[in-house]
Amino acid sequence: MFKVASLLMTPAAKYLMLAFAILFPLVAANEYQVYVMATAFVWAIAVYGLNIITGFCGQLNLAHGGFFAIGAYTLGLLTADYGWSFWPAFLGALVMTAVLGFLVGIVSLRLKEHYFAIFTLCVGFIIYLLIDKWEELTHGAIGVRDIAAPYGFGLVDFTDTTPFYYLVLAFLVLAIWFMGRLSKSLLGRTFIAIRNGDELAQSLGINLMRNKVLAFVLSTTYAGLAGALYAGMVRFIGPEEANINHTFDMITYLLVGGIGTIMGPLLGTVGIVWITQSLQFLEEYRMIIFGPLLVLLVIFFPRGITGSFLTWMHRKSQALAPTKKRQEKKVNTAQNREAESNA
Amino acid sequence: MLKVEHVTKMFGGLAAVNDVSVEFETGKINAIIGPNGAGKSTFFNLISGLHQPSSGRILLDGVDVTNLPSDKVARLGVGRTFQTTNLFEQATVLDNLIVGHRLRTKSGLWDVLINSKRLQREEKAARDKAMEALEFVGLAHVAGQFIADITQEERKRVAFALALATDPKIVLLDEPAAGVNPEETVGFAALMRKMVDEKGLTVCLIEHKMDMIMSLADKIMVLDHGEKIAEGTAEEVRNNPVVIEAYLGGDEDAAA
Repeated sequence: MFKVASLLMTPAAKYLMLAFAILFPLVAANEYQVYVMATAFVWAIAVYGLNIITGFCGQLNLAHGGFFAIGAYTLGLLTADYGWSFWPAFLGALVMTAVLGFLVGIVSLRLKEHYFAIFTLCVGFIIYLLIDKWEELTHGAIGVRDIAAPYGFGLVDFTDTTPFYYLVLAFLVLAIWFMGRLSKSLLGRTFIAIRNGDELAQSLGINLMRNKVLAFVLSTTYAGLAGALYAGMVRFIGPEEANINHTFDMITYLLVGGIGTIMGPLLGTVGIVWITQSLQFLEEYRMIIFGPLLVLLVIFFPRGITGSFLTWMHRKSQALAPTKKRQEKKVNTAQNREAESNA
Repeated sequence: MLKVEHVTKMFGGLAAVNDVSVEFETGKINAIIGPNGAGKSTFFNLISGLHQPSSGRILLDGVDVTNLPSDKVARLGVGRTFQTTNLFEQATVLDNLIVGHRLRTKSGLWDVLINSKRLQREEKAARDKAMEALEFVGLAHVAGQFIADITQEERKRVAFALALATDPKIVLLDEPAAGVNPEETVGFAALMRKMVDEKGLTVCLIEHKMDMIMSLADKIMVLDHGEKIAEGTAEEVRNNPVVIEAYLGGDEDAAA
């Protein structure tokens, strides 16, 4: 069992998952399944953003869905109303969410813990209200239609589901790759130190505001990226994209998958999206199954699927190699090396 | 080394620290003692920049650090531990310590994106520094274990190592031996002595364990109600009638 488990976490497992994702459109029963998977990937990208500010940096940001909507609306309005083509508007969406993230960040991050959460909850709701009521700019409840699809430079047609799926997959891989690199870097460790405690981080010479704002801007840019992809995929968006429920959905994905882990956001999002899909026939009653499932998960896997799994793996490896044995082993190898160099 | 001049800290109308002046010399162990609520931790927070004094000056090697934020103070060489240290429980001891050297590195977002040479060099330096600190506090053998799996005493040593990884000139230790047994207390005293002797550090500690303080500290400052009521060697403090009245009299017996 242990061997099987350890195989799951090797780089090979990640390539296997990637291979599965690449082959998925070929094995999928129909185009709808590919579409659902692409949607799940889009949300997963946004959840990776939430993972940076909340999972790594420890600041519960409840405006995340709002920034997702800002990304979607920036792309939607620029292409539909202002005649921009997709890719410049896509870049515009990233810049917009980064800049707004910076501005919201420098104000909201002056607050700590639940005050920050409450403040960002309000920011998220204000974003929803602005989109819903500022009709001259956003068309209000009518929404934005005729959003441009990404053009494939004459090579691919992204209005088809499968090419778009691969586009989203490419961005998802990029998002995970950066997350992995960030988590192992000194910068990621800096974020984690802030999560452990403001005062301790400061006493380690860490500038709280600068690092928190950086984490916040990274997270809103992730949300903007996901939002822009979403707008390019569905081509029609409305104020509901900024609904606060999306933020809580993303928090659920993050908690189930494993907060503060690399693969957690992906596993949590894809898992829940598919469970929700397969329970669709129950309509509103699906919560009767979904609710207890969540409760069980939180009870037995408090660190999410990935987090609990990694902890279990670590314990296992510690049990297999007790401290003393490890030390002897070290000494032995050191002696061997010496012997080798002598020979 | 560290010079505190007439420092006062008001919280509303309450003077938590009142007109305290003291000098901590390089390479000495300085203890701050006093009853609960005497302002000891506040005094540490003032030095390390977590709080700004209401009045007075704090000089570190002649540099005015009075109103500097604590991250800048840390960069100038003031390391500290807290009464409780929150660490990343589900990460290894070594992983928790690597960030300790962050303040001596410069890599930013761009370095992470391109995985620059500088980042690689600095990460190796931080890792080496963490391992060195871990060896210094005698915990090299738990480097690979999760924080959640080590003992209370080992956690305290990890907190020491974290402060040491910042390359400090002076370390402020807030009740380093609280909650550990007498045997382990002796170990911590030895560790503090080693920090002074081998690293040439200046140590400043708050402690309630009198027998440890009396045998360990080169200099003791006694705070009571935010005011400095005595200062001197263990012998001088022990025989000071003001101190005996304010603090030591009953407590020393209790501690012994």
